[in-house]
Amino acid sequence: MNAAAADMPHRPWLGATKRLSALGPILALLALISIGSLLSDSFLSAGNLSNLLTRSAIVGIIAIGATYVITAGGLDLSVGSMSALIAGLVIMGMNAAGSSLGDSWLVVLIGIVLALALGVVAGTLNGILVVKGGIDAFIVTLGTMGIFRSVITWLSDGGSISLSSSLKGVARPLYYGSVAGVSYPLIAMIFLAVGAELVLRRARIGRHVTAIGSNPEVARYSAIRVHRVRILTYVFQGVCVALATMIYVPRLGAATPSTGLLWELEAIAAVIIGGTALKGGFGRIWGSIVGVLILGLIDNILNLTALASPYLNGAFQGIIIIIAVYLQKGRREV
Amino acid sequence: MEKRTFLKGGAIAIALGAVGMPKISLAAGGKTIGISIPAATHGWTGGLNFQTKRTVEQMKKAFPDIEFVVAAANDASKQVNDVEDLVARGIDALVILPFESEPLTEPVKQAKAQGVFITTVDRGLAEEGIEDLYVGGNNPQYGVIAGQYFKKKFPDGAKIVVMRGIPTTIDNVRIDAFKKELEGSKVQILDMQFANWNPDKGFEVMQDFLQKFDAIDGVWAGDDDAALGAMEAIKQANRPKPIVVLGGSGMNKVVKMVKDGGGAVDADIFYPPTLIIPAIELTTMRAATQAPIRGRYILDSPLITKDNAEEFYFPDSPY
Repeated sequence: MNAAAADMPHRPWLGATKRLSALGPILALLALISIGSLLSDSFLSAGNLSNLLTRSAIVGIIAIGATYVITAGGLDLSVGSMSALIAGLVIMGMNAAGSSLGDSWLVVLIGIVLALALGVVAGTLNGILVVKGGIDAFIVTLGTMGIFRSVITWLSDGGSISLSSSLKGVARPLYYGSVAGVSYPLIAMIFLAVGAELVLRRARIGRHVTAIGSNPEVARYSAIRVHRVRILTYVFQGVCVALATMIYVPRLGAATPSTGLLWELEAIAAVIIGGTALKGGFGRIWGSIVGVLILGLIDNILNLTALASPYLNGAFQGIIIIIAVYLQKGRREV
Repeated sequence: MEKRTFLKGGAIAIALGAVGMPKISLAAGGKTIGISIPAATHGWTGGLNFQTKRTVEQMKKAFPDIEFVVAAANDASKQVNDVEDLVARGIDALVILPFESEPLTEPVKQAKAQGVFITTVDRGLAEEGIEDLYVGGNNPQYGVIAGQYFKKKFPDGAKIVVMRGIPTTIDNVRIDAFKKELEGSKVQILDMQFANWNPDKGFEVMQDFLQKFDAIDGVWAGDDDAALGAMEAIKQANRPKPIVVLGGSGMNKVVKMVKDGGGAVDADIFYPPTLIIPAIELTTMRAATQAPIRGRYILDSPLITKDNAEEFYFPDSPY
């Protein structure tokens, strides 16, 4: 009935269709890449691919956390606003630390630790309200989304909170730096994605996440600590948002009330495009990453080719999202 | 006093307005001015909210009898509700920066029919003759000045890219004027994309422009927020030949760069959120002193250069 059941090995006749539909997001990605390379000479250049992958790492890292939350049957709409608020607070903290410690890597490190702490606090808040408070996740995170966004707007007086320009130079490599041509944000996303995928599939807690999303009652009778695991998914989401924010901040060195606007929808769309079940019980980290790349590619290709009126960019995105999800319909119907 | 608390119950006040009860001023003898503006959704509107707050505080000090009610809306339909609520509260004058002209025309017309003095800011309404006072910037001139800047900068011709704003009438007017100004000149527009007056979008669009075109001499980012994003992308691309960046609207950070000189930007176009200041001040003057103020008050959009930057620099503004 639910998606987890489709994973059962003793229904071999489902194997072929399942494998085919699992390839859905990959097929969509490959199709987009070939369209892009046909339409634009600069699309496959190393510079463009590096730009694209580095940009995508921000929402990519957020989508990794979102995959856990959604797999466990939850939802977090607050990630974009949370990122904006963390960005603002971290910049204020780093400016304060910088004025006494000077422009050193230590200040950047303080910023990272502060961001992670804020992410854990915000994630715990969401998790406890949903799980212990028994309020629907949609409502709780819609509420915190508004709260976080308003607080950053208030803190910045509607304008921007900027990193002092000397600190900007110190923090810059976090976004722009690279090892052997692979940018730091991309490396961070790959490590996090591989780790999260392994935990989701192999570790006990990962299996618990899936089991809870599949059927919380059964999970509880199986002696899984349902509350704790569900709260932890929100905390992990907070940590992912904090990491993504520490990639975002050095890019432009500023937080504004429009920072992270609609990132929650991009992340959720990417997770679903990637094959994770919106109602929980089945999750795929690599799929979410592919989903983020698909969304980023559409924008990039439209910018590079001027294929149609830019007024229609949103329509192309809509069409491709629906097609990508339709390609996996086979598995969903089982 | 009783009347006052009575009216402060918003719902009852709305009901009163709906049945067309005569207006009752909130403060005895004094007048009430309602201000309806867009919420701080991007840098420029952030500055607008800041300047509104600042001006209202100053006016309250100068004219303690006059009461102000400020409402900020996230979209046009919320603003329609705001205007209706303000009228129901019994305002004597309305200062409004409409989100969009069309949907706000009817509610403002209704307010006018109730005897409210109407001041529109920046954008007019879809019908002529509703507002008593119009305070605006000069949007076509905004595009013209940008066009002239590039023509002067590149007398021998150049290839430039353009970032458009949020798809709105204002953006269309500016871009049309810009294109017209460049007609017949040697400055060629390679491409235009929407960057929503947003630094993150400006960064991404500029990255893609730089991948798409090997030779770019200049970029008109249309707005200073987008220009800041574009500058980072240009810095990252590290092209041997510098790319000229022009933004617009007078963000303090960018005006400071122009003032200090020696950086990537040497000019900006004045179209600041400060235009709400004369609108509120003139309306207050009229309410307080019965000055016969009517008509149109147009602020120019001059080019800000190193020589005159000081005049346009507001270090404390968030924008």
